[in-house]
Amino acid sequence: MGSVSLVDVSKRFALRVDGEQQSVQALAHVSFTVDDGEIVALIGPSGCGKTTALRIAMGLESASSGRVLVDGREVKGCGHDRGMVFQHAALLPWLTAAQNVMFGLEMKGVRGSELQTTVQRYLNLVGLDGSGSRRPHQLSGGMQQRVGIARALAIDPKVLLMDEPFGALDAQTREALQGELLEIHTRTGKTILFVTHDLDEAVLIADRIVVLRDGAVQEIMDVPLPRPRGDLGSVRGTKAFADARYHVWQALHAPTQH
Amino acid sequence: MADVLTDRSARGEEAGERPRRRVPSWLITVASVALVLLVWEWFGRDVNPVFGSYPSAIALAFVELARSGQLGTALLESLQPFVAGYVLAIILGVPLGLLIGRFRVAEAGLGIYVTAGYAMPLVALVPLLVLWLGLGFAVKAAVVFLMSVFPICINTWLGVAAVPKSLIDVGKAFVAPNLVILWRIVLPATLPYIMAGIRLAVGRAVVAMVIAEFFTSISGLGAIIINSANNFDTATMFVPIVVLMVLAIGLNALIGWVERRVAPWQAEIAGRDE
Repeated sequence: MGSVSLVDVSKRFALRVDGEQQSVQALAHVSFTVDDGEIVALIGPSGCGKTTALRIAMGLESASSGRVLVDGREVKGCGHDRGMVFQHAALLPWLTAAQNVMFGLEMKGVRGSELQTTVQRYLNLVGLDGSGSRRPHQLSGGMQQRVGIARALAIDPKVLLMDEPFGALDAQTREALQGELLEIHTRTGKTILFVTHDLDEAVLIADRIVVLRDGAVQEIMDVPLPRPRGDLGSVRGTKAFADARYHVWQALHAPTQH
Repeated sequence: MADVLTDRSARGEEAGERPRRRVPSWLITVASVALVLLVWEWFGRDVNPVFGSYPSAIALAFVELARSGQLGTALLESLQPFVAGYVLAIILGVPLGLLIGRFRVAEAGLGIYVTAGYAMPLVALVPLLVLWLGLGFAVKAAVVFLMSVFPICINTWLGVAAVPKSLIDVGKAFVAPNLVILWRIVLPATLPYIMAGIRLAVGRAVVAMVIAEFFTSISGLGAIIINSANNFDTATMFVPIVVLMVLAIGLNALIGWVERRVAPWQAEIAGRDE
């Protein structure tokens, strides 16, 4: 089991602009649920609050009001029930790829031989079997983010939270990793909530898309593409993809409903 | 895998392509030192030996001091309080800097003393320290400690403040306790700053050691400086000064070597192109 919900989440924070205190409403009454095994994309223009929503789901930031539920139960703060994949991977530069994956596991209390075998299993899963002893700067951007994904998956969380995981990668690498993410999803059945500003990515990967604008949910739509999606390159050529993409585009450009 | 394409440059292999022949750095340093010594020798010989000296005369004085055993004894005498004070400064300065950098309450409560302490006119306080600690080993170690602890502490503090928030978030997201975040994320991320502070402190510690020997019981290398100056034996006076400078250079190199051992990733990430 693994589902995550934001229930009526609002977030305000104080900002000093030119010496004047201003209160900014980052999120206003945001509610949505990611069901067990589902992939949901949180999309919106920059500054719409999508990363804030994800960080609140993770527990890295607290909501001003509202609740976060994992499997229907309210959670406060961070927990091993959620695994986070960071923008730009955020690997610890003094640790090898394997040690980075190990870090999360150690924090969860995994020890001994189980630690080693789990690290190896997840490095294999993301296709880095031979690169475990390399340091982050000896890995390309795509490989770094693979380690980031392995680190988050290794603690076997109920939900995987991803913050623009492929945003910093070149187009080719991004496409390769999108395909691999779907493959990993097929194999592990993880519930995934991911933030993106990339329309194509949201439609290609997600089952449902939450469109966020000015801190509020503009629309939640289903992506009518069958699973498994197979070769993403050919999915891009289908009419269903183009229609879904146009639908999201409209939601992003329509006058806001609030 | 599309990544394989970018793989080579990620490993920095282009640096391995046909290395251009370059003059090694050590050779440049040696040539520089030789030039300075030559010029000093050339002009120094014309100066009245009371007002100045020159390398060959200092070298002769060095041999004499070393052969009589005076230099070895003095060096040992000086090094003991130096090492004690300097090591204590590292042991206390680093954790203090980590705490001040990481915790708001510690910064607000203690930061002000560290900032003020760095600018403290220590020479003026030596007489007071003598009243408290006497004239021997303890007061000398204390002076060295007080001169070197603040740069170490301040550098560590600045280093903690520069740790990327995203790395702290990694610790939090994987539910690491505060102390684990401090020990396993903040400390390694701050290491380059800490090492820089430890390096800066070498110079101050050497100066502190000589000051302590001047103002307390006259001993060690400081004693040789004072005694030979009083005898107008300028060449001999220069011997301990040169020895101290060489000592500082050696310590600096040692610290650099340690840094490359404990923080090898830093040298690989940062660095000059040329």
